[in-house]
Amino acid sequence: MIDVTALTRTYGGLRAVDDVTFSAQPGRVTGFLGPNGAGKSTTMRVMVGLTPATSGSATVLGRKYADLPNPGREVGVLLDASAQHAGRTGRETLRVAARTMGLPMSRVDELLDLVSLTGTEAERRVKNYSLGMRQRLGIATALIGDPEVLILDEPANGLDPAGIRWMRDLLRGFANKGGTVLLSSHLLHEIEVIADDLVVIGQGRIVAQGTKAELLASAGTLVRSTAIEELAQALEQRGVTAVASGRDALRAEAEADLVGQVALAAGVPLTELRAADGAGLEEMFLELTADTSREGAAA
Amino acid sequence: MTATTVEDLDRAPARAARTAPAPIPFSRLMTVELVKMFNTRAGFWLIMSMAGTALIATASVILFAPDSAMTYDNFGAAIGVPMTLLLPVMAILSVTSEWSQRSGLTTFTLVPHRGRVIRAKMVVAIAIGAVSIGVALAIGALGNIVGSAIAGVDTVWDISANQITMLVLANVLNLLIGFMLGVLIRNSPGAIVGFVVYSFVLPTLSMVLGNFQQWWEDLRPWLDFNWAQGELYDGQLTSTQWAQLGTAGLIWLVVPLAVGLVMVMRSEVK
Repeated sequence: MIDVTALTRTYGGLRAVDDVTFSAQPGRVTGFLGPNGAGKSTTMRVMVGLTPATSGSATVLGRKYADLPNPGREVGVLLDASAQHAGRTGRETLRVAARTMGLPMSRVDELLDLVSLTGTEAERRVKNYSLGMRQRLGIATALIGDPEVLILDEPANGLDPAGIRWMRDLLRGFANKGGTVLLSSHLLHEIEVIADDLVVIGQGRIVAQGTKAELLASAGTLVRSTAIEELAQALEQRGVTAVASGRDALRAEAEADLVGQVALAAGVPLTELRAADGAGLEEMFLELTADTSREGAAA
Repeated sequence: MTATTVEDLDRAPARAARTAPAPIPFSRLMTVELVKMFNTRAGFWLIMSMAGTALIATASVILFAPDSAMTYDNFGAAIGVPMTLLLPVMAILSVTSEWSQRSGLTTFTLVPHRGRVIRAKMVVAIAIGAVSIGVALAIGALGNIVGSAIAGVDTVWDISANQITMLVLANVLNLLIGFMLGVLIRNSPGAIVGFVVYSFVLPTLSMVLGNFQQWWEDLRPWLDFNWAQGELYDGQLTSTQWAQLGTAGLIWLVVPLAVGLVMVMRSEVK
């Protein structure tokens, strides 16, 4: 459980995080989505007390992060996989974390196993690690204390496709066991696959939030028919906005079951009926951040 | 769509409420910081070079010093010189690596009380300093016995217990200067350069200024920390000299350390 309330962080005149309010629920994966420089990392750093908030507050498990007696045992944090001492071996890095949390050293080997770092790799210094290996080590550090909450900033960066799949399954399992996961990304597809809830941020402000289902619904339904004009007319009569999408398809701003009912009532044969493309979220994302993102002006 | 949401929630069993873990004791933080000083490549070689230079210094005195110089004082001095540089560097790196290597991101999220972490580092650095001086003196004693035996002269023990205390104090102060610069600058190369300036450039400037300006020459014992520390190596301090050490130390060590700590508490860890 993470609660962020009216959080603001300014740097001089720049409002890096501007009145951000959202919560991440237990048992669910909350995706924190935004273009580069949108304020995701700053928000996460404020949550764990690395950056002081200008105003507003953030609590984890009902308490301010600094009031957690042994944070590593309750909250697993990975903000930057590169932020590890280059001259320390992977195993020593984990041992330091385990020691700080007061865990038995046997946890180190368990976690190395879990994140698939081999014994030889664990003996190498972090300096020689690839970004993917650093991510695995960072995930291991976050999980070693068996926390209830995970806060992960761009954890999929540098992982190969198999690694991304592994990470996805890991986080799904964690949430299914009742854990809270907050994960940030600027990669829409990655978030779309894993998240239950979404918080979309652009230029420090929240531009959309809700369950993935709700946000996808607002992207509409794609319906294909051989009698496209009749269908368009029927939808219009029911007050559903629909726009042409290619020669024989419509994009309706309604859920699929409503569109199906309309088609049935109108006696229009359908050849396809589904939620608008997987790219729906991407379109939403680009649309929502168009006036706030760097590429906005050019696009 | 609400149906999906409810279903998702049902699928996730409520996690059993857990009791809050016990707070992290300070003793554990000290252990962690002690381990962290030695389990990096830099830390390992720093300790190795302390032992190495102590052995080289001892061997050099035996090989090159005249028989009359085969005294404990000389062995101690030869071993002590590299220590005055290596101990502050160790203290500097223990602090600055959290920023320069960015490991502070993990350290300060696992322990969200920076003051406690810095305090643990300071206690550990002082302890390592004291132990190092002890080891150095032991190596020196061994050198003294072996050296005088080889040279066939009487073994001379010309360091008093009081001198040893002062020697330890001088080295700990020196180490704290490094620690202070680490806290203040929070960047490894920057703090090491800062230490060189502080310890070698400033005293020279102070001396030159004192040669030309009488007012500075008069105030120097009170304001020149390096000067005040120098008295420690002579073994015995008068109460005035203690007061001078305290005054100069306040200005050059305590105040900047306090400023550095405030900055550490307020700064962002990135």
